[in-house]
Amino acid sequence: MTHAAAPGDEFMMRDTTSHPPAYSPPYKTSILRSPRNALISLQQSLTEVTAPVFRPEELGPLDNDLIMNASKDGLPIGERVIVHGYVRDQYGRPVKNALVEVWQANASGRYRHKKDQYIGALDPNFGGCGRMLTDANGYYAYRTIRPGPYPWRNRVNDWRPAHIHYAISGDGWVQRLITQMYFEGDPLIWSCPILGIVPSEEQIRGLIAMQDTSAFVPLDSRAYRFDIILRGHRATLFENFVQGAKA
Amino acid sequence: MNTTKLLRETASQTAGPYVHIGLAPNQAGFDIFEKNFGNVLVTPETKGERIRIEGTVYDGSGTPVRDVLIECWQANADGAYNHPADRQAGKSVDPSFRGWGRACSDFDTGIYSFETIKPGVVEGRKGRPMAPHIALWIVARGINLGLHTRLYFSDEAEANARDPVLNLIEWEVRRKTLIAQRETRDGQVVYRFDIRLQGDGETVFFDI
Repeated sequence: MTHAAAPGDEFMMRDTTSHPPAYSPPYKTSILRSPRNALISLQQSLTEVTAPVFRPEELGPLDNDLIMNASKDGLPIGERVIVHGYVRDQYGRPVKNALVEVWQANASGRYRHKKDQYIGALDPNFGGCGRMLTDANGYYAYRTIRPGPYPWRNRVNDWRPAHIHYAISGDGWVQRLITQMYFEGDPLIWSCPILGIVPSEEQIRGLIAMQDTSAFVPLDSRAYRFDIILRGHRATLFENFVQGAKA
Repeated sequence: MNTTKLLRETASQTAGPYVHIGLAPNQAGFDIFEKNFGNVLVTPETKGERIRIEGTVYDGSGTPVRDVLIECWQANADGAYNHPADRQAGKSVDPSFRGWGRACSDFDTGIYSFETIKPGVVEGRKGRPMAPHIALWIVARGINLGLHTRLYFSDEAEANARDPVLNLIEWEVRRKTLIAQRETRDGQVVYRFDIRLQGDGETVFFDI
């Protein structure tokens, strides 16, 4: 059995087969933006096992409500959905007070970003970003408009599946993670180069949110469930803390 | 039953070209949150020597990466992290210093910067002191898994020579890619730290 995680414990080594390799030619931009040298593996010190702490009062009341947080003169157009789930570590323990930040395109597949030139219409009542802290059970929830797919310049006719970007900050710097969430049943999932470079079907399936009818709000919103797994504290049986000073 | 089977970490994906929408909406071109996370880590109350970190990230062709996002994580002037796992004896947390910040490169120039303080010495493994350093995490379009590196300071040559992490890099010639160069500009201390993702002078990246 594993012992209870204590702050200052080391984290599990990262399993590189869980992630796309840096150099992934089907995703063309990775070719010039991937290191040629191997990463140098570090035994963790305090620098790696600590991370910034965020406080609820730093967030606004509508920060997790993408339907309302940029509304000017009405509601945004599109499918109303709730996305919710748990952030846990590799042992299944809840990750409390984790900062979860999300961003996405609108229902047309258009981003509110000065560099996005896609012809799909902007929505004056939709911003496309939100953030929240997980509770004591590692639970988070936000509501939004389901994003549309959009075309991008990789091969000439590549289209991203509908997706929501996530950034998660947990208890340790080593847990820092950016990923993307997809929607169950989207046929574009299986032809996307950015997903195709994830090394296993199991890991791709881990990025697909499942429709959650139990959480639908009648006559209002559908719901999707998306859980996130961060690296877990390792059971350090004989050397308790990574720093010399004792608790 | 296999009790040692662990859940797999959620797969990483690129932050994409529009990462600013979620993490730095002002840079994307709109104002939405009351309080934004940014590249200024100091308040007037923060203790320590004010410094500016500045640099450019280059791709394998030598072109500046203009859509990069960098986060930093560092100890305070006393060498303590503002986190409950830091139990180093005799060091105190500075309540006006979280130790974390987020910077974007400029869309035109490609330059990123942080306004922070120079960190103190942190105790490393087995009680060995680590030279002052700042952890950096780099994400962008084309980067599938965030890249971790460390910034050290050119005016800490003695401490750098004994640093357990720098000394782990077998290729001595690569250690210098982690040393930021100190200069003074209009009375302000600036450390220049360019990051090369690929090719000649490639920055050392860590699996942490």
